[in-house]
Amino acid sequence: MENNIAIKELILKMADDALIIGHRNSEWTGIGPVLEEDIAFSSMSQDKIGHAWALYMILQEPFGDIDADTKAFNRTEKEFTCCHLVEYPIGEYDFSIMRHFLMDKAEYHRYDLLTQSSFLPLQHLSKKVKGEIKYHVMHAETWVEQLAKGNEESKARIQSALDYAYPIALSIFEKSDNEEFLKNENIFGGEEALFNLWHEDVKKHIEHYGLKMPSVTDMNKHYGGRKGYHTEHLAPLLKEMTEVFALDPKAEW
Amino acid sequence: MVETNNISIEQIWTLLEAVKDPEIPVLSLVDLGMITGVAFVEEHVEIKMAPTFTGCPALAYMQKQIKNQIEKNTGIPTEVIIDKETQWTSDNISIAGKEKLKKFGIAPPMKKACGISMQSLKYVPCPYCNSADTVLRSTFGSTLCRAMHYCNSCKQSFEQFKPI
Repeated sequence: MENNIAIKELILKMADDALIIGHRNSEWTGIGPVLEEDIAFSSMSQDKIGHAWALYMILQEPFGDIDADTKAFNRTEKEFTCCHLVEYPIGEYDFSIMRHFLMDKAEYHRYDLLTQSSFLPLQHLSKKVKGEIKYHVMHAETWVEQLAKGNEESKARIQSALDYAYPIALSIFEKSDNEEFLKNENIFGGEEALFNLWHEDVKKHIEHYGLKMPSVTDMNKHYGGRKGYHTEHLAPLLKEMTEVFALDPKAEW
Repeated sequence: MVETNNISIEQIWTLLEAVKDPEIPVLSLVDLGMITGVAFVEEHVEIKMAPTFTGCPALAYMQKQIKNQIEKNTGIPTEVIIDKETQWTSDNISIAGKEKLKKFGIAPPMKKACGISMQSLKYVPCPYCNSADTVLRSTFGSTLCRAMHYCNSCKQSFEQFKPI
C-alpha cells in the first residue's frame, strides 16, 4: 500500500505541474510577441494539458481515483501538489521563456528516467511524452540562445530572468517522504538524481549561450508545493480555470 | 481464424481504410499506422488505436468514427480501445500515407533515425515544387503534429508532419 501511495504521489505532482503550466502558458495565446509564438505556446499548452489528462487517467484506471475532469477542476488549492515554479504569472516574455527552458528540461529528464520505470503504465506513457517534450525543449533552447546572443538589452533581460527564475525552479525537486520506495522498486530514480541531470544540462547550455549560472545556496527556499502549500498565485489561477466547470460540475458536455 | 457473420479480419482492415484523420482528410488511420490491432473477441470486434499525440483532441471523435464504420458495415458490436502500450511514432506512417500527405501539400516526416534536432528539422523539401531551398518558420503549426516552413523557390508557406 505504501508503494501505491508513493506512485500516486509521483503521478499527481507530474500531472498538476503539467496542468498548471499548461494553463499558465495558454495565457500567451493571442498576445505573443509574434504570431509563431502565439501558436507555439498554444500548442505546447495543449500538449501539457494532454499529458496531465493521461496522468490523471493512470490514477483513475489502475488506482480507482475520480475521473480526470473532476480531478483537474474540482479540488481545493491544498489538494494540488504542483511546484511553485508553475504557479507564477506569465510576467514578461523573458520570464516565460526562461521558466519554459528550466521546466521543460526537468520534464524531459524526468520522462527520460521514467522510460525505464518498473511501473508499466508510467513507462509506456513516458516513452510517448518524451518525444513531445523534446519539441518543447528545442523551442526553449532556440529562444534562450537567440535572446542571449541578441543585443545588450536582450542579453541583460534573459540573464536577469534566469537569476530570478532559477531559485524558484528548484521547487521542482522537492522530495517526498515516500521516495525511497520508488527508488527501491525501480519506479523512479528520485528527485536528487533528476536534479543532478537537470543541473548539468542547464549549466552546459547556459554557459554555452554566454550567460552566467546563478549561485544558489538555499535549495529549499521555494519548497512547499508538493505538500500543498502554494504561492499566492495559485488560488486566483484555479478560480479562473474552474469557473465554467464550477457552474455545473455534473453537466454533460 | 475466428469469423463472425462471415466477416474476416482482412475485411475489417479494408473497412478501416475509409476512416480518415479528421485533420488530414486524405489520410486514413490505417495509412497513419494508428491501428495497432484488430481482433474478434467473443462476440465483438476489438480494435486498438495508438494516438499520434497524447493531447490529440480528435481522439474521441476518431474512436466514434471507427465504431460507426465497423458496426454499420458488419453489424458486429465494436469496441475501440486506446492502445497505451504501443507508442505511435511518425515512422508508422506507410509509404502510401507519406505520398498522400505530400499530394495534400504537407511535407511528410523524415525517418526518426535522421535525428530530431533544430538542424535536421531545418531542411525539409517543399511538397509543392520539391525545392530544397526552404526555411523552418516554427516547430509548431496549426495542429499538434505539424511544423511551419517557407519555400524560397515557390514563395509559399507549407507545413510538415513532424517526425516524432
